[in-house]
Amino acid sequence: MVPELGHFALILALCVAIVQATVPLAGTVWRVPGWIALARPAASAQMLFLVLAFGALVWSFIANDFSVAYVAQNSNSALPLEYRISAVWGGHEGSLLLWGLILGGWTFAVAMFSRRLPDDMVARVIAVMGLISIGFLLFMLLTSNPFDRLVPPAPDGRDLNPLLQDFGLIVHPPMLYMGYVGFSVAFAFAIAALIEGRLDATWARWSRPWTIVAWVFMTFGIALGSWWAYYELGWGGWWFWDPVENASFMPWLIGTALIHSLAVSEKRNTFKNWTVLLAIFAFSLSLLGTFLVRSGVLTSVHAFASDPARGIFILAFLLLVIGGSLALFAWRAPAVKSTGHFQLVARETAMLSGNVLLVVAMGAVLLGTLYPLILDAFALGKISVGPPYFNAVFVPLMAPLLLILGVGPHMRWKQDDAATLLRRYRFVLLVSVVAGILLPLVAYGTVTPGVGLGVALACWVVGGSVVDLGRRVRTSRGLRGVPRSYWGMTTAHAGLAVVVVGVTLTSAYSTESDVRMAPGESLEMAGYTFHFDSVDQVAGPNYDASFGHFRITAADGSQVARLNPEKRIYRVQTMPMTEAGIDGGLFRDLFIAMGEPLGDGAWAVRIYHKPFIAWLWLGAILMGCGGLLAASDRRYRLAVKSAQAATVGPVATAES
Amino acid sequence: MKARHKRIIFVAIAIVGVAVAAALALSALQSNIAYFFSPTQVLAGEAPKGKVFRLGGMVVEGSMARKPGELTVSFAVTDTAKSVTVSYTGILPDLFGEGQGVVTRGKLGSDGVFYAEEVLAKHDESYMPPEVQDAVDKAQKMGVTKPAASGGNY
Amino acid sequence: MKARFLIPLGLFLALAGLFWFVLNQMNRGDYNPRELPSALIDKPAPTFSLPNLHQPDQTIGTPNFLGQVSLFNVWASWCVSCRVEHPFFMELARRNEVPIYGLNYKDERADALRWLDQLGNPYVASAFDFEGRVGIDWGVYGVPETFVVDKAGKIRMRFPGPVTEAIWNRKFAPLIAQLRSEQG
Repeated sequence: MVPELGHFALILALCVAIVQATVPLAGTVWRVPGWIALARPAASAQMLFLVLAFGALVWSFIANDFSVAYVAQNSNSALPLEYRISAVWGGHEGSLLLWGLILGGWTFAVAMFSRRLPDDMVARVIAVMGLISIGFLLFMLLTSNPFDRLVPPAPDGRDLNPLLQDFGLIVHPPMLYMGYVGFSVAFAFAIAALIEGRLDATWARWSRPWTIVAWVFMTFGIALGSWWAYYELGWGGWWFWDPVENASFMPWLIGTALIHSLAVSEKRNTFKNWTVLLAIFAFSLSLLGTFLVRSGVLTSVHAFASDPARGIFILAFLLLVIGGSLALFAWRAPAVKSTGHFQLVARETAMLSGNVLLVVAMGAVLLGTLYPLILDAFALGKISVGPPYFNAVFVPLMAPLLLILGVGPHMRWKQDDAATLLRRYRFVLLVSVVAGILLPLVAYGTVTPGVGLGVALACWVVGGSVVDLGRRVRTSRGLRGVPRSYWGMTTAHAGLAVVVVGVTLTSAYSTESDVRMAPGESLEMAGYTFHFDSVDQVAGPNYDASFGHFRITAADGSQVARLNPEKRIYRVQTMPMTEAGIDGGLFRDLFIAMGEPLGDGAWAVRIYHKPFIAWLWLGAILMGCGGLLAASDRRYRLAVKSAQAATVGPVATAES
Repeated sequence: MKARHKRIIFVAIAIVGVAVAAALALSALQSNIAYFFSPTQVLAGEAPKGKVFRLGGMVVEGSMARKPGELTVSFAVTDTAKSVTVSYTGILPDLFGEGQGVVTRGKLGSDGVFYAEEVLAKHDESYMPPEVQDAVDKAQKMGVTKPAASGGNY
Repeated sequence: MKARFLIPLGLFLALAGLFWFVLNQMNRGDYNPRELPSALIDKPAPTFSLPNLHQPDQTIGTPNFLGQVSLFNVWASWCVSCRVEHPFFMELARRNEVPIYGLNYKDERADALRWLDQLGNPYVASAFDFEGRVGIDWGVYGVPETFVVDKAGKIRMRFPGPVTEAIWNRKFAPLIAQLRSEQG
């Protein structure tokens, strides 16, 4: 009964979505206040029905209702409660429902937190989000209904993969979806502005906090996935450039460009067309990622050919949403006039260059992702594009970006003086170059051009921020006078610098080896000695494990850590899993994983020394926190009051 | 500087930048793609010498041999018609086994042995959400886990 | 100057065109991302002899294929995609289009029999390959897979993944008609 209620709630949500997408929009055209006012209640009703549908599915999982096909495929009566709940998004249909629920949530949030925005603007935004919701609900109801019954019911479920019974993987997909779907708000604002034909600083200001919050979710989601891969896979890798990662990375790159471009549009009333285009792209790439990884066109690994109709459906949906919005753009954009003029040396130029680099980087990722598909489809050969391609393209694109990042955000709007800038930053430049050469040399005894460049650029970014912060503190009212959005920017940029240091050093100085080791043997690596003491057989609750005992000692003989990597065999599914032993630290991780037994008590063992790997996630956290700081700036809370003023024309904000 | 000139400069910078990036991407693509070949194709001389490519097939029963005291392992990969010997030093994925599907990436030596840098075992393909599926794929590649079902599942 | 605003739309439409092309090829079975070159095409089918799923004392083997064009479909009760193609195989069996032999792959006998009881049995007979040995000989990478075997017992086509009506009409039906007209 409950699954049918859930199904019914989905159908009702679709009906509401249709009303939500059409009536308020018609209201803005024919100026009917009653129709316009329908937008907010519709958003709430839609949210209600989606919560009901999602709740029904959760209930089916909790109640072990194996007459529901989706539950039978993804759960088991022996599964602990928390994993039965997370198993709700452990499959295709359920994760789509989560997508829909999150979209409903964002729409509801827009309806709630836009009380002071003009009603017809809100009506348009909510209507556009309703259109997207129609697409997803139709997709669900027509091709991927999570409430389909299994006749006859299964006696028990197929169980959730033990690998998914892990905190990282429970949180990772919802985080990413929050980001993907969050970009729909920026998209809806952009489309609403295009429909209205009024692209001004106001809409940029309205959509900025939403975009930043979505970007923060996405940043955390991606970082979480990377962290999970590192600690759970026993391989030491943290980024693989595979299609699914790329599908989340591309909208992130565009989203990053978008939040910067929005700033220029808001403050300088320029780049408006470009910003709208980025808003469309960011969400389009989220949809495209969904299409690529769910339609089965991309790789055999993720192929899902049981129903090609799904692919056709998503493609049609993409054509409608992306094609429609780009057509709208082509129609409306030529009429938009940018009023903020600027010189070659100005903050606008730096922002524009950074934007172009990010978009080009996205293009390179897209090319690398689609190239195998293109060749395969035209029968030109089966190929794979490996990480070397992405690294070869990415590094030359990111280096100039970081170079700009050191000084660009601190330039004046409109026009700055190159000589003054040079005088102000030459010290930082010098220090960065010296640090880039000396720091690795002192710490590791060698330095390569790549490492020197990475460290120098990171120092440059941080140093530039410090110099500018010092200037601001002196010229404005001390530290308190510095607005929160400025702290946010500085934190996020410092976070990027931290990530760069992490990537550079861990790539260059990691020591890794696969060795054959027997108990009693030891291995020296990177100044540490790894002693393999013994292996026990241990019985866990639902697995048997070979439980390794390792000791790590420093050069002076003192003990650094005791690690216990495991090789588990899960009894029910006879599924082996490697649990790595990691001794984490701010400046290095020591990592031991046991491979396979080689006979005579010896094991194949992987031992890694990974310097600065923690900085990757530390940096990502800083970036996310910077975003949160920026989004919570009081300017946005007051934004609406001064919105009217902002529309008048370029506001003189040369010092902000 | 006139607005018109400025505009031309900006457009020129953008075009040059994009062109450089495109050239970069294409050259990187040229040198970093790996083609897929079957043992039959390799023995027919279709695979490039000295270049990285992928070789896939089934591991021949009874062909797996480890050098005593070392991590180096050799096995034969077949497409049921021909077979090629593969040599690999390192830890094999858990899913790896005789009679199972495997994809290896490496170079063909002058001795006709394929020296693999990477060994990927074939895995379950029953459907999961992409993010999750991806994680499972990675895990299986890296040798952490193997699928519940004993064979591949489209 | 207005044309430049159409550039994004143009780029997107080109991309969409590519996807449409690929999807269309997938639908018709012309393009299959998981297809790997098979060395078995036009070779005699690897010989085997396995117990019949329903009557373990009888055997099924290569001789069953001789003298007729037949399908050899690899399936298992644990395979989700097999459920997808199953109704179509039922339809084929009802239309008496071509004899379908099954290879029950790495399955439990009881599970397999229950599966056929519940969903129907389109197979003339199913061979029970508990250990998956025959699957290895035939180069089976995953389940489901479908082979077309001609009158002389040679493999003429291998199709990995579920068979749909569209794929059948496009890839199987013409080949089978052609094979039937061959001298054999």
